[in-house]
Amino acid sequence: MKISYYPGCTLKNNAKNFEDSTLCSLKKLGIEVEELPRWNCCGTVFSLATDDLIHHVAPIRNLIRTKESNSEKIMTLCAMCFNTLKRANERVKADPESLEKINDFMYLEKINYEGDVKVLHLLEILRDEVKFENIAKKVVKPLKNLKVANYYGCLLVRPKEIGLDDVENPTILENLTTVLGADPADFPFKTECCASYQTVDKPEIVAERAFQILTSAQSQGADVVAVSCPLCAFNLDHRQKETVKKYPEFKNIPILYFSQILAIALSCPEESLRFDLHFVDPKPILKEKGLI
Amino acid sequence: MNKETLMRINLSKRNIKDPFVVKVEELSGQNLLACYQCGKCSAGCPAVSEMDILPNQIIRYAQLGLKNELLQSKSIWICASCFTCNARCPKGINIAEIIEAIRQILLRKREDHVNLNKLSDAEKGDVPPIAIISNLRKFTS
Repeated sequence: MKISYYPGCTLKNNAKNFEDSTLCSLKKLGIEVEELPRWNCCGTVFSLATDDLIHHVAPIRNLIRTKESNSEKIMTLCAMCFNTLKRANERVKADPESLEKINDFMYLEKINYEGDVKVLHLLEILRDEVKFENIAKKVVKPLKNLKVANYYGCLLVRPKEIGLDDVENPTILENLTTVLGADPADFPFKTECCASYQTVDKPEIVAERAFQILTSAQSQGADVVAVSCPLCAFNLDHRQKETVKKYPEFKNIPILYFSQILAIALSCPEESLRFDLHFVDPKPILKEKGLI
Repeated sequence: MNKETLMRINLSKRNIKDPFVVKVEELSGQNLLACYQCGKCSAGCPAVSEMDILPNQIIRYAQLGLKNELLQSKSIWICASCFTCNARCPKGINIAEIIEAIRQILLRKREDHVNLNKLSDAEKGDVPPIAIISNLRKFTS
Protein backbone atom coordinates (compact mmCIF):
# COMPACT_ATOMS: atom_id res chain seq x y z
CA MET A 1 0.00 0.00 0.00
CA LYS A 2 1.26 3.47 -0.88
CA ILE A 3 -0.03 6.65 0.72
CA SER A 4 0.48 10.41 0.22
CA TYR A 5 1.62 12.16 3.36
CA TYR A 6 1.18 15.78 4.43
CA PRO A 7 3.61 16.63 7.25
CA GLY A 8 2.83 20.26 8.16
CA CYS A 9 5.19 22.76 9.79
CA THR A 10 6.01 21.30 13.20
CA LEU A 11 6.65 17.71 12.08
CA LYS A 12 9.85 18.94 10.47
CA ASN A 13 11.34 20.44 13.63
CA ASN A 14 9.91 20.27 17.18
CA ALA A 15 7.88 17.15 16.37
CA LYS A 16 10.53 15.27 14.39
CA ASN A 17 10.06 12.47 16.95
CA PHE A 18 6.45 12.17 15.74
CA GLU A 19 7.49 12.00 12.08
CA ASP A 20 10.49 9.68 12.41
CA SER A 21 8.70 7.19 14.65
CA THR A 22 5.70 7.16 12.27
CA LEU A 23 7.80 6.63 9.15
CA CYS A 24 9.71 3.78 10.78
CA SER A 25 6.48 2.14 12.03
CA LEU A 26 4.74 2.40 8.66
CA LYS A 27 7.74 0.86 6.95
CA LYS A 28 7.60 -2.06 9.39
CA LEU A 29 3.89 -2.42 8.60
CA GLY A 30 4.64 -2.55 4.88
CA ILE A 31 3.20 0.82 3.93
CA GLU A 32 5.00 3.00 1.47
CA VAL A 33 4.79 6.71 2.30
CA GLU A 34 5.25 9.47 -0.22
CA GLU A 35 5.61 13.01 1.10
CA LEU A 36 3.49 15.51 -0.80
CA PRO A 37 5.65 17.62 -3.11
CA ARG A 38 5.46 21.41 -2.58
CA TRP A 39 3.15 21.23 0.43
CA ASN A 40 2.40 24.47 2.26
CA CYS A 41 1.27 25.41 5.77
CA CYS A 42 -2.42 24.57 6.36
CA GLY A 43 -2.89 27.64 8.56
CA THR A 44 -3.12 25.45 11.71
CA VAL A 45 -6.65 26.62 12.63
CA PHE A 46 -9.83 26.37 10.57
CA SER A 47 -11.29 29.79 9.95
CA LEU A 48 -14.62 30.02 11.77
CA ALA A 49 -15.99 33.29 10.35
CA THR A 50 -18.62 32.61 7.67
CA ASP A 51 -17.32 35.25 5.25
CA ASP A 52 -13.63 34.36 5.52
CA LEU A 53 -12.76 32.35 2.42
CA ILE A 54 -9.17 33.43 1.99
CA HIS A 55 -7.96 31.31 4.89
CA HIS A 56 -9.35 28.18 3.23
CA VAL A 57 -7.06 28.69 0.23
CA ALA A 58 -3.98 27.24 1.97
CA PRO A 59 -5.59 23.94 3.00
CA ILE A 60 -7.35 23.53 -0.37
CA ARG A 61 -4.10 24.17 -2.21
CA ASN A 62 -2.62 21.14 -0.41
CA LEU A 63 -5.54 19.06 -1.66
CA ILE A 64 -4.73 20.20 -5.21
CA ARG A 65 -1.13 19.03 -4.61
CA THR A 66 -2.58 15.67 -3.55
CA LYS A 67 -4.46 15.40 -6.85
CA GLU A 68 -1.30 16.38 -8.72
CA SER A 69 0.50 13.45 -7.16
CA ASN A 70 -2.25 11.17 -8.54
CA SER A 71 -3.61 10.37 -5.13
CA GLU A 72 -7.22 10.41 -3.94
CA LYS A 73 -6.34 10.58 -0.26
CA ILE A 74 -3.91 12.34 2.01
CA MET A 75 -2.59 11.19 5.37
CA THR A 76 -1.95 13.69 8.17
CA LEU A 77 -0.23 13.10 11.52
CA CYS A 78 -0.77 16.40 13.31
CA ALA A 79 -4.27 16.72 14.81
CA MET A 80 -4.44 20.42 13.87
CA CYS A 81 -3.50 19.77 10.23
CA PHE A 82 -6.02 16.91 10.11
CA ASN A 83 -8.77 19.14 11.42
CA THR A 84 -7.97 22.16 9.25
CA LEU A 85 -7.57 20.21 6.00
CA LYS A 86 -10.64 18.06 6.61
CA ARG A 87 -12.87 20.93 7.71
CA ALA A 88 -11.85 23.13 4.79
CA ASN A 89 -12.56 20.18 2.48
CA GLU A 90 -16.01 19.59 4.01
CA ARG A 91 -16.72 23.35 3.91
CA VAL A 92 -16.12 23.62 0.15
CA LYS A 93 -17.87 20.33 -0.58
CA ALA A 94 -21.01 21.63 1.11
CA ASP A 95 -20.84 25.01 -0.63
CA PRO A 96 -20.05 24.92 -4.39
CA GLU A 97 -20.13 28.71 -4.59
CA SER A 98 -17.23 29.16 -2.19
CA LEU A 99 -15.36 26.32 -3.90
CA GLU A 100 -15.69 28.18 -7.19
CA LYS A 101 -14.41 31.41 -5.62
CA ILE A 102 -11.42 29.59 -4.10
CA ASN A 103 -10.66 27.92 -7.43
CA ASP A 104 -10.92 31.30 -9.20
CA PHE A 105 -8.48 32.75 -6.70
CA MET A 106 -6.00 29.98 -7.52
CA TYR A 107 -6.37 30.43 -11.27
CA LEU A 108 -2.69 29.68 -11.84
CA GLU A 109 -3.13 26.13 -10.58
CA LYS A 110 -3.49 23.56 -13.34
CA ILE A 111 -6.13 21.58 -11.49
CA ASN A 112 -9.58 22.84 -10.59
CA TYR A 113 -10.35 21.35 -7.16
CA GLU A 114 -13.62 19.42 -7.01
CA GLY A 115 -13.77 18.34 -3.39
CA ASP A 116 -12.73 14.79 -4.24
CA VAL A 117 -9.71 14.22 -1.98
CA LYS A 118 -10.18 12.27 1.25
CA VAL A 119 -8.37 13.66 4.30
CA LEU A 120 -7.33 10.93 6.72
CA HIS A 121 -5.46 10.81 9.98
CA LEU A 122 -2.72 8.21 10.54
CA LEU A 123 -4.91 6.59 13.24
CA GLU A 124 -7.65 6.00 10.66
CA ILE A 125 -5.16 4.38 8.28
CA LEU A 126 -3.99 2.10 11.09
CA ARG A 127 -7.55 1.23 12.18
CA ASP A 128 -9.34 0.94 8.82
CA GLU A 129 -6.68 -0.03 6.29
CA VAL A 130 -3.85 -1.79 8.12
CA LYS A 131 -6.27 -2.97 10.85
CA PHE A 132 -5.32 -3.35 14.48
CA GLU A 133 -5.43 -7.16 14.41
CA ASN A 134 -2.71 -7.14 11.74
CA ILE A 135 -0.62 -4.71 13.80
CA ALA A 136 -0.94 -7.11 16.74
CA LYS A 137 0.70 -9.83 14.63
CA LYS A 138 3.71 -7.61 13.95
CA VAL A 139 4.39 -6.63 17.55
CA VAL A 140 7.94 -7.66 18.40
CA LYS A 141 8.15 -6.12 21.83
CA PRO A 142 4.81 -6.18 23.68
CA LEU A 143 4.53 -3.18 26.00
CA LYS A 144 3.92 -5.29 29.08
CA ASN A 145 3.17 -3.42 32.30
CA LEU A 146 3.23 -0.03 30.61
CA LYS A 147 0.22 1.95 31.74
CA VAL A 148 -0.67 4.56 29.11
CA ALA A 149 -3.07 7.49 29.54
CA ASN A 150 -4.32 8.20 26.01
CA TYR A 151 -4.90 11.89 25.38
CA TYR A 152 -6.95 13.03 22.37
CA GLY A 153 -7.23 16.74 23.02
CA CYS A 154 -9.75 18.63 20.89
CA LEU A 155 -9.19 18.43 17.19
CA LEU A 156 -9.07 14.69 16.57
CA VAL A 157 -12.62 14.35 17.87
CA ARG A 158 -14.33 17.74 17.55
CA PRO A 159 -16.44 18.91 15.83
CA LYS A 160 -18.46 15.71 15.65
CA GLU A 161 -18.74 15.73 11.82
CA ILE A 162 -14.95 15.85 11.50
CA GLY A 163 -13.83 13.66 14.40
CA LEU A 164 -12.41 10.20 13.81
CA ASP A 165 -14.16 8.62 16.80
CA ASP A 166 -16.86 9.23 19.41
CA VAL A 167 -16.97 12.90 20.37
CA GLU A 168 -17.25 12.35 24.15
CA ASN A 169 -15.62 8.98 24.69
CA PRO A 170 -13.17 8.12 21.90
CA THR A 171 -11.38 4.77 22.27
CA ILE A 172 -9.26 4.44 19.12
CA LEU A 173 -6.01 5.15 21.00
CA GLU A 174 -6.92 2.73 23.81
CA ASN A 175 -7.69 0.05 21.21
CA LEU A 176 -4.33 0.65 19.54
CA THR A 177 -2.28 0.66 22.75
CA THR A 178 -4.09 -2.51 23.85
CA VAL A 179 -3.03 -4.46 20.73
CA LEU A 180 0.52 -3.27 21.41
CA GLY A 181 0.34 -5.02 24.76
CA ALA A 182 0.08 -1.90 26.92
CA ASP A 183 -2.47 -1.23 29.61
CA PRO A 184 -4.64 1.84 28.86
CA ALA A 185 -5.58 3.93 31.89
CA ASP A 186 -9.07 5.26 32.60
CA PHE A 187 -8.56 8.91 31.84
CA PRO A 188 -11.47 11.33 32.31
CA PHE A 189 -9.41 14.27 31.03
CA LYS A 190 -8.63 12.63 27.69
CA THR A 191 -10.57 15.13 25.56
CA GLU A 192 -10.01 18.18 27.77
CA CYS A 193 -8.36 21.14 26.00
CA CYS A 194 -4.68 21.84 26.87
CA ALA A 195 -5.26 25.59 26.18
CA SER A 196 -3.61 25.31 22.78
CA TYR A 197 -2.03 28.48 21.34
CA GLN A 198 -2.50 30.37 24.63
CA THR A 199 0.93 28.89 25.32
CA VAL A 200 2.53 31.79 23.43
CA ASP A 201 1.24 34.76 25.42
CA LYS A 202 -0.47 33.16 28.44
CA PRO A 203 1.74 30.17 29.38
CA GLU A 204 0.44 30.25 32.97
CA ILE A 205 -2.97 29.06 31.75
CA VAL A 206 -1.33 26.13 29.95
CA ALA A 207 0.73 25.23 33.03
CA GLU A 208 -2.46 25.11 35.10
CA ARG A 209 -4.27 23.00 32.49
CA ALA A 210 -1.27 20.65 32.20
CA PHE A 211 -1.42 20.22 35.99
CA GLN A 212 -5.12 19.25 35.90
CA ILE A 213 -4.74 16.88 32.96
CA LEU A 214 -1.50 15.21 34.07
CA THR A 215 -2.42 14.76 37.72
CA SER A 216 -5.62 13.06 36.53
CA ALA A 217 -3.47 10.66 34.46
CA GLN A 218 -1.16 10.06 37.42
CA SER A 219 -4.05 9.38 39.77
CA GLN A 220 -5.00 6.50 37.44
CA GLY A 221 -1.50 5.08 37.71
CA ALA A 222 -0.31 6.11 34.23
CA ASP A 223 3.41 5.74 33.46
CA VAL A 224 3.24 7.88 30.32
CA VAL A 225 0.72 10.00 28.42
CA ALA A 226 0.22 9.33 24.69
CA VAL A 227 -0.64 12.28 22.42
CA SER A 228 -1.29 12.89 18.73
CA CYS A 229 -0.84 16.65 18.36
CA PRO A 230 2.47 18.56 18.39
CA LEU A 231 0.88 21.48 20.23
CA CYS A 232 -0.61 19.23 22.93
CA ALA A 233 2.80 17.55 23.15
CA PHE A 234 4.57 20.86 23.71
CA ASN A 235 2.00 22.07 26.24
CA LEU A 236 1.87 18.85 28.24
CA ASP A 237 5.60 18.09 28.06
CA HIS A 238 7.64 21.32 27.89
CA ARG A 239 5.21 23.40 29.96
CA GLN A 240 5.75 20.98 32.88
CA LYS A 241 8.69 23.30 33.61
CA GLU A 242 6.15 26.05 34.49
CA THR A 243 3.79 23.57 36.18
CA VAL A 244 6.51 22.55 38.65
CA LYS A 245 7.17 26.22 39.46
CA LYS A 246 3.51 26.71 40.36
CA TYR A 247 3.03 23.33 42.05
CA PRO A 248 6.37 22.22 43.59
CA GLU A 249 4.81 18.90 44.67
CA PHE A 250 4.00 18.02 41.02
CA LYS A 251 5.98 15.05 39.70
CA ASN A 252 7.00 15.04 36.03
CA ILE A 253 5.44 12.46 33.72
CA PRO A 254 6.79 11.64 30.23
CA ILE A 255 4.69 12.53 27.17
CA LEU A 256 5.03 10.31 24.09
CA TYR A 257 3.45 10.44 20.66
CA PHE A 258 1.32 7.33 20.10
CA SER A 259 3.58 6.70 17.10
CA GLN A 260 6.60 6.40 19.41
CA ILE A 261 4.75 3.80 21.45
CA LEU A 262 3.92 1.96 18.22
CA ALA A 263 7.54 2.24 17.06
CA ILE A 264 8.81 0.73 20.34
CA ALA A 265 6.42 -2.23 20.01
CA LEU A 266 7.50 -2.76 16.39
CA SER A 267 11.13 -2.61 17.48
CA CYS A 268 12.19 0.51 15.57
CA PRO A 269 15.70 1.75 16.31
CA GLU A 270 16.06 4.26 19.15
CA GLU A 271 17.25 6.97 16.71
CA SER A 272 13.73 7.06 15.26
CA LEU A 273 12.27 7.87 18.69
CA ARG A 274 14.24 11.11 19.04
CA PHE A 275 14.03 11.35 22.85
CA ASP A 276 16.40 14.34 22.67
CA LEU A 277 13.37 16.50 21.73
CA HIS A 278 11.53 15.77 24.99
CA PHE A 279 11.54 17.92 28.10
CA VAL A 280 10.64 15.06 30.45
CA ASP A 281 12.93 12.16 29.57
CA PRO A 282 10.90 9.01 28.82
CA LYS A 283 14.00 6.75 28.95
CA PRO A 284 14.07 5.94 32.70
CA ILE A 285 10.51 4.56 32.77
CA LEU A 286 10.96 2.71 29.44
CA LYS A 287 14.21 1.17 30.71
CA GLU A 288 12.54 0.19 33.95
CA LYS A 289 9.87 -1.66 31.93
CA GLY A 290 12.55 -3.27 29.77
CA LEU A 291 11.32 -1.62 26.59
CA ILE A 292 14.50 0.15 25.44
CA MET B 1 -22.04 42.27 46.78
CA ASN B 2 -19.19 43.85 44.92
CA LYS B 3 -19.46 46.57 42.35
CA GLU B 4 -19.21 44.20 39.41
CA THR B 5 -22.23 42.14 40.40
CA LEU B 6 -24.23 45.35 40.80
CA MET B 7 -23.34 46.55 37.29
CA ARG B 8 -26.25 48.41 35.75
CA ILE B 9 -27.40 47.03 32.44
CA ASN B 10 -29.40 49.22 30.17
CA LEU B 11 -31.83 47.18 28.10
CA SER B 12 -33.39 48.88 25.15
CA LYS B 13 -34.89 48.02 21.79
CA ARG B 14 -32.13 50.07 20.21
CA ASN B 15 -29.39 47.90 21.77
CA ILE B 16 -31.09 44.69 20.75
CA LYS B 17 -31.29 45.89 17.14
CA ASP B 18 -27.74 47.27 17.18
CA PRO B 19 -25.73 46.47 14.01
CA PHE B 20 -23.29 44.69 16.35
CA VAL B 21 -25.87 41.95 17.04
CA VAL B 22 -26.55 41.54 13.33
CA LYS B 23 -22.82 41.34 12.65
CA VAL B 24 -22.27 38.68 15.33
CA GLU B 25 -25.06 36.57 13.82
CA GLU B 26 -23.74 37.09 10.33
CA LEU B 27 -20.08 36.27 11.05
CA SER B 28 -20.93 33.28 13.23
CA GLY B 29 -23.78 31.98 11.10
CA GLN B 30 -25.72 31.36 14.34
CA ASN B 31 -29.18 32.33 15.55
CA LEU B 32 -28.57 33.95 18.94
CA LEU B 33 -32.22 33.66 19.96
CA ALA B 34 -32.06 29.86 19.71
CA CYS B 35 -30.27 29.84 23.07
CA TYR B 36 -32.53 29.14 26.07
CA GLN B 37 -29.76 29.57 28.66
CA CYS B 38 -29.45 26.01 29.94
CA GLY B 39 -25.80 26.71 30.80
CA LYS B 40 -24.43 23.44 29.47
CA CYS B 41 -21.73 25.28 27.46
CA SER B 42 -20.40 26.93 30.61
CA ALA B 43 -20.65 23.73 32.64
CA GLY B 44 -18.36 21.88 30.25
CA CYS B 45 -16.00 24.71 29.32
CA PRO B 46 -12.46 23.96 30.56
CA ALA B 47 -11.58 27.67 30.54
CA VAL B 48 -14.30 29.16 32.77
CA SER B 49 -11.96 29.60 35.73
CA GLU B 50 -10.11 32.25 33.68
CA MET B 51 -13.22 33.95 32.28
CA ASP B 52 -15.03 37.09 33.44
CA ILE B 53 -18.22 36.41 31.43
CA LEU B 54 -19.20 32.74 31.02
CA PRO B 55 -20.04 31.27 27.58
CA ASN B 56 -23.82 31.19 28.20
CA GLN B 57 -23.61 34.78 29.45
CA ILE B 58 -21.74 35.77 26.29
CA ILE B 59 -24.75 34.61 24.27
CA ARG B 60 -27.17 36.37 26.62
CA TYR B 61 -25.19 39.62 26.40
CA ALA B 62 -25.11 39.28 22.61
CA GLN B 63 -28.89 38.71 22.50
CA LEU B 64 -29.31 41.92 24.48
CA GLY B 65 -26.85 43.90 22.38
CA LEU B 66 -24.43 44.57 25.25
CA LYS B 67 -21.68 45.40 22.80
CA ASN B 68 -19.16 47.20 25.00
CA GLU B 69 -19.33 44.58 27.76
CA LEU B 70 -18.54 41.89 25.22
CA LEU B 71 -15.84 43.76 23.32
CA GLN B 72 -14.05 44.58 26.58
CA SER B 73 -14.39 41.12 28.11
CA LYS B 74 -11.40 38.96 28.93
CA SER B 75 -13.32 35.81 28.01
CA ILE B 76 -13.22 36.31 24.23
CA TRP B 77 -9.40 36.00 24.37
CA ILE B 78 -9.46 33.05 26.81
CA CYS B 79 -11.59 30.78 24.62
CA ALA B 80 -9.23 28.53 22.62
CA SER B 81 -11.94 27.15 20.27
CA CYS B 82 -11.80 23.64 21.73
CA PHE B 83 -15.44 23.10 20.58
CA THR B 84 -16.58 21.31 23.74
CA CYS B 85 -19.50 23.77 24.03
CA ASN B 86 -20.49 23.20 20.40
CA ALA B 87 -20.43 19.42 20.88
CA ARG B 88 -22.74 19.63 23.90
CA CYS B 89 -25.25 22.39 23.07
CA PRO B 90 -28.74 20.82 23.04
CA LYS B 91 -29.89 23.49 20.58
CA GLY B 92 -26.99 22.88 18.19
CA ILE B 93 -25.62 26.39 18.57
CA ASN B 94 -21.96 26.85 17.71
CA ILE B 95 -20.86 28.96 20.66
CA ALA B 96 -17.18 28.94 19.62
CA GLU B 97 -18.21 30.57 16.34
CA ILE B 98 -20.10 33.30 18.25
CA ILE B 99 -17.00 34.07 20.31
CA GLU B 100 -14.90 34.06 17.12
CA ALA B 101 -17.31 36.60 15.58
CA ILE B 102 -16.81 38.97 18.56
CA ARG B 103 -13.00 38.62 18.28
CA GLN B 104 -13.24 39.26 14.55
CA ILE B 105 -15.16 42.50 15.08
CA LEU B 106 -12.17 43.86 17.03
CA LEU B 107 -9.46 42.28 14.87
CA ARG B 108 -10.99 43.70 11.72
CA LYS B 109 -10.51 47.15 13.21
CA ARG B 110 -6.82 46.21 13.54
CA GLU B 111 -7.06 45.94 17.28
CA ASP B 112 -4.60 43.07 17.73
CA HIS B 113 -4.63 41.14 20.97
CA VAL B 114 -0.98 40.04 20.92
CA ASN B 115 2.23 41.66 19.84
CA LEU B 116 4.99 39.11 19.49
CA ASN B 117 7.59 41.87 19.50
CA LYS B 118 6.73 42.42 23.16
CA LEU B 119 7.70 38.86 24.04
CA SER B 120 11.33 38.25 24.93
CA ASP B 121 13.47 35.84 22.91
CA ALA B 122 13.52 33.56 25.95
CA GLU B 123 9.70 33.56 26.05
CA LYS B 124 9.42 32.87 22.33
CA GLY B 125 12.43 30.58 22.50
CA ASP B 126 11.31 26.99 22.31
CA VAL B 127 7.67 27.56 21.30
CA PRO B 128 6.95 25.44 18.18
CA PRO B 129 5.80 26.97 14.86
CA ILE B 130 2.34 25.41 15.27
CA ALA B 131 1.79 27.53 18.41
CA ILE B 132 3.06 30.79 16.91
CA ILE B 133 1.03 30.42 13.70
CA SER B 134 -2.21 29.50 15.47
CA ASN B 135 -1.76 32.25 18.04
CA LEU B 136 -1.24 34.87 15.33
CA ARG B 137 -4.15 33.52 13.31
CA LYS B 138 -6.48 33.88 16.28
CA PHE B 139 -5.17 37.02 17.94
CA THR B 140 -4.03 39.35 15.15
CA SER B 141 -5.66 40.86 12.09
